[in-house]
Order: sequence, then structure tokens, then C-alpha cells
Amino acid sequence: MKIEADTTVCIGAGMCALTVPKVFDQSEEDGTVVLLDPSPPAELEGAVRRAVNLCPSGALSVS
Amino acid sequence: MSDLTLTTERERPLDPPDKFTELRERGPLHRMRYADGHLGWLVTGYAAARAVLADPRFSNRPELAHPPIPARLELLKEQQFQVPPGFFLRMDAPEHTRYRKLLAGQFTVRRMNQLEPRIAEIAEACLDRMEAGERPADLVEEFALPIPSLVICELLGVPYDDRERFQADSKVLFGLESEGADVVAAMTRISTFLYGLIQHKRAEPGDDLLTGLIEGGELTDEELTGVAFLLLVAGHETTANMLGLGTYALLTDPGQLAALRDDPSLMDDAVEELLRHLTIIHLGPVRAALEDVELEGTVIAKGEAVTLHLPVANRDPARFPGGDRLDVTRPASGHLTFGHGIHQCLGQQLARIEMRVGYAALLRRLPGLRLAVPPEEVPMRTDMSIYGVHRLPVTW
Repeated sequence: MKIEADTTVCIGAGMCALTVPKVFDQSEEDGTVVLLDPSPPAELEGAVRRAVNLCPSGALSVS
Repeated sequence: MSDLTLTTERERPLDPPDKFTELRERGPLHRMRYADGHLGWLVTGYAAARAVLADPRFSNRPELAHPPIPARLELLKEQQFQVPPGFFLRMDAPEHTRYRKLLAGQFTVRRMNQLEPRIAEIAEACLDRMEAGERPADLVEEFALPIPSLVICELLGVPYDDRERFQADSKVLFGLESEGADVVAAMTRISTFLYGLIQHKRAEPGDDLLTGLIEGGELTDEELTGVAFLLLVAGHETTANMLGLGTYALLTDPGQLAALRDDPSLMDDAVEELLRHLTIIHLGPVRAALEDVELEGTVIAKGEAVTLHLPVANRDPARFPGGDRLDVTRPASGHLTFGHGIHQCLGQQLARIEMRVGYAALLRRLPGLRLAVPPEEVPMRTDMSIYGVHRLPVTW
């Protein structure tokens, strides 16, 4: 699994950081997503997909 | 179908009006007559509501808006839909983006988690006072309102001793039956107070969010006033009503209350479920189509207004099976109570912590907590733009 994050679209709602804090953090500057692990292990795949779905701005995608 | 209008009166206090639930069973989109005569739409389906909120072709700019209910109709006409500077809630991207990015760093999950010990202190202090006082007590006055009020005041750097200068005015702003002139006067008083506070902070900086924004140098004092206005008012009326109404919901549903008492690890899920099930945003949001948009097979024409009925959308069985039931063990995240899209609530991570800490402290400290009046005597906020209880008489 590979995650991509578009910080120009991100509004810093923090749903990803709330859902999978091992994979997503937020910038102290503008709250936008910081990818801690762009290729997370398989056991986090379900949680990452939930986070992508919860993202309000459509800033996250997985492939 | 065009005789459909929006109402807030309910058959049962914890369920949305039956007519909107019945509409959702017929389909996700319905023609609705707005208070100014406009023929627009009401969305009752979850997927359609979420799609509108995420779609930049639907605008939140007030000059395009039509009011779904008559409240403030005259005022809206008179004011010609002017947005005060810094009122980014009513802006579209890219104007909105600048303000959102300036603020979002202050409301991250990590920063809000750092506030948890202080929020817990505030909750305990409220309960200390309540326990030392008379029974029955009004949970709204003693607990549900002071917690978020103190927290947002400390965060922004607004002196809590000045609260009587904005709490009463805040009630006027949210009252659906408030006179237009009173709403303007209340807005002016809060803005004047905040403008003065910003001037004061320029001279004497504090260790707070407003000082940080002033020192950042990106916003004029007028913009800072608009931003502070939004944060102060939104920080008050929302969480306060979730604490009050959430407690009412638990006290009138002994099975759910017992489940939560027996297993405090359910608290995070319970907070999401209460947000979903109660959906205190019971009027709107409202958007306007910037161009023709096809939504679930129906074309919304350019200029038409769309009101999203979040209380029934959040109970759509296609997304939340058995959604009419409160179930604190349900995975309820994905609800639309904080919105979706670029305007999704800036303070939601703070609100989650205030609820988690607040409900937990209340259940732990007052194990015998119960209503002091029959449930049907609790006055419900059908007359306010944010739903909840006006008062909640409790004893323990």
C-alpha cells in the first residue's frame, strides 16, 4: 500500500491523525497532513482506508 | 412537493421530525420552498448530503443564500448579505483557505490532546461546585455551558470574567425568534468587545491564540475580530449543547448509560455515536449551486439552494443500519455532525476531548445522577439554531 497526500488540498481537520496516529501527523504550522509512513504495513491497511474515507477534503489517496 | 417547508418542531425530543424521516425513505432529494419564496432542495440522504458538502460547485457565500426558515428574513434582506472581514465560514476557496490554514495549526489533534489535563481540571472544578451546591441543580448552568466556555476563553485569551458580555448576546444570535435589530445589536456588542480586546493584546501580549495571530501579522484587526467572533461563539454553543443533550439522552436510556458506566473504554465510540444520533445541527447547512450539478440522477440548477438535513442523513440506514437507535458500541465515525468538505468543523478535535472528559467525569463523580423532573418537562431548544436542552434539572 502506498499513500499520497496533497497538502494544497488538505484543510487540517485532523481526521487522519485521529484515526491512524502511527501513519499520519499534522504540521504545527498549518495543520496539514504529515505522512509518517507513506508505505504502512499490511496490518494497518484497513485503518488507513478508513482514514482516507473520513478525510473531508479529499487530500488522501492510496494505491 | 413544492409545499414542503423546513420545521424544527419534533414529535419526540431525541428524534428528528417524522416528516423528514419519511421523506428520506422516499428518496435523497426533495423540492422545498424557502422562506423567501425560492424553490430549492432538501437533502435527506447521507451519501447525497456528504457529496454536496465535499463539492466546490456548492457555495457557502451568503450573497447566494436563501433562508430555509423565516428567522432573520428581514435582517438578511436589509444587510444585503455582507460578510464581515475574517468570517471565513461564509467564504469559498481560495479566500477561505488562507484563514483555515492560519488557524488549523492551532487545532491539531496533538495540540488538543495537550489541553486534556486542563480540561479535566475545569470539569472537576465544575463538579466540585455542583456537589457543594443545592439539589436539584441545572446541569446546563453548572456543567455543560461553563466547560466549553472556560476552555475557549482560555484558548483564545478572552477573560472569562467578561463572559456575561457575550454569553447573553450569543443566545440572541442563535435564537430563531430573535428580532433582526436585536441580532445586529448583539453582533455589534460582541465585535466591539473583541476589537477592544485585540487592541489591548497588541499593547500587552498574552500566551494565547489571539496574541499568536496578532503577532503572526497576517490579519488586520478587523479580520482578527471576525475570526475571534467565529471561534468564541462556535466554541460555546456547540459543545455546551452536546454535553447537555448527550447527558439527557444517556439519562433517558438506562441500558446505554449502564453500558458506558460498565466499560469506560467505550467512551470514544460513545462520543461519536452521541454526535451522530443527536445531530444538534438541525437546520442546515445550506449551500447554493454555482452551476448545474447532477446529484444522484437529479439536476440541481445553477443558483438553487440546497439544505442538508443532517439529523435524518445521519440516520440513513444505507450508511448507519438501525440508525434510529442510540448504540454506544456502534462505529459511528463518518457522521456529518461536524460537516464534511472544506468547512468541516475547525474545533472538532477540541470538542471530542471536551465531551470525552466531560461525560467521563460526570459519570464517575455522580454515580446516582438522574433527572429531577419527568423527561417530557425538560425544555428542548426547538427555538434555537443549535438543538439541545435549555435547562437540565438533575439530582444525584
